[in-house]
Amino acid sequence: MSEPQITLYRLQACPFCERVVRTLNELDVEYRSRYVEPMHSERNVVKRVSGARSVPAIVDRETGVTMSESANIVEYLKGTYGEGGA
Amino acid sequence: MVDFDVVSLPETDHVAEGDTAPDFTRPLVNGEYWEDRALDDVVDGPTLLLFHPMDGTFQGTYLYNTVDDHGWSDDLDVLGLSVSTPYAHKRLLAERGDGVRIFSDPGAGVVEEYGLAHDIDGMTGITESRPAVFLLDSDRTVEYAWVASEHPEFPDAEAIGDAVADLVD
Repeated sequence: MSEPQITLYRLQACPFCERVVRTLNELDVEYRSRYVEPMHSERNVVKRVSGARSVPAIVDRETGVTMSESANIVEYLKGTYGEGGA
Repeated sequence: MVDFDVVSLPETDHVAEGDTAPDFTRPLVNGEYWEDRALDDVVDGPTLLLFHPMDGTFQGTYLYNTVDDHGWSDDLDVLGLSVSTPYAHKRLLAERGDGVRIFSDPGAGVVEEYGLAHDIDGMTGITESRPAVFLLDSDRTVEYAWVASEHPEFPDAEAIGDAVADLVD
């Protein structure tokens, strides 16, 4: 199994995470989901990769970009993988 | 010896020594997160695959205490599997099972495929797993297998330790 280029750190039923998932699906970008727990104190892995404990957060291995905040992520994905993107 | 009755479990056509352990994909939980992983993708060397009753049972607790006491996760990859949720696995791993990762199989599809299904009296609708131990080499060939034939029954730590030593050396 080849590893998808994007890893999405997400929380079950988090609307901001679902928004990122919708964008990934619209753009047909491969990703894998890593689920963390609701308690912020339980999210050290997210802090380690992104610098903050908030989800969603993505790591894009192709571009080396790591990012939090769904609005930023959606903008990044559209700009990088959407029509007219890089 | 304590005086209690153990019940014999019916014969089962379970995965056995010499078989290739069937591949499956389920959420695999570590101390920090979970993600869908295929067994085939995770096994890249000697691997101990442990099926156990639900997280919270004394059988599960003793199993991970045994893993920790013997330091098996220092010698090879140790993977657990039960029908409990990823959230329950995370709580378990916070207490014990250092270095272990656990698959979550709430629908018991993997349990069924490995021939380990066990209906527990008084828990309608739940399919449990028998305790079972499979030692796999890097191509998922089963080098050692043990499946409970009585209820309750515990795996023999000495036999597992010997099998691990044979495979890892």
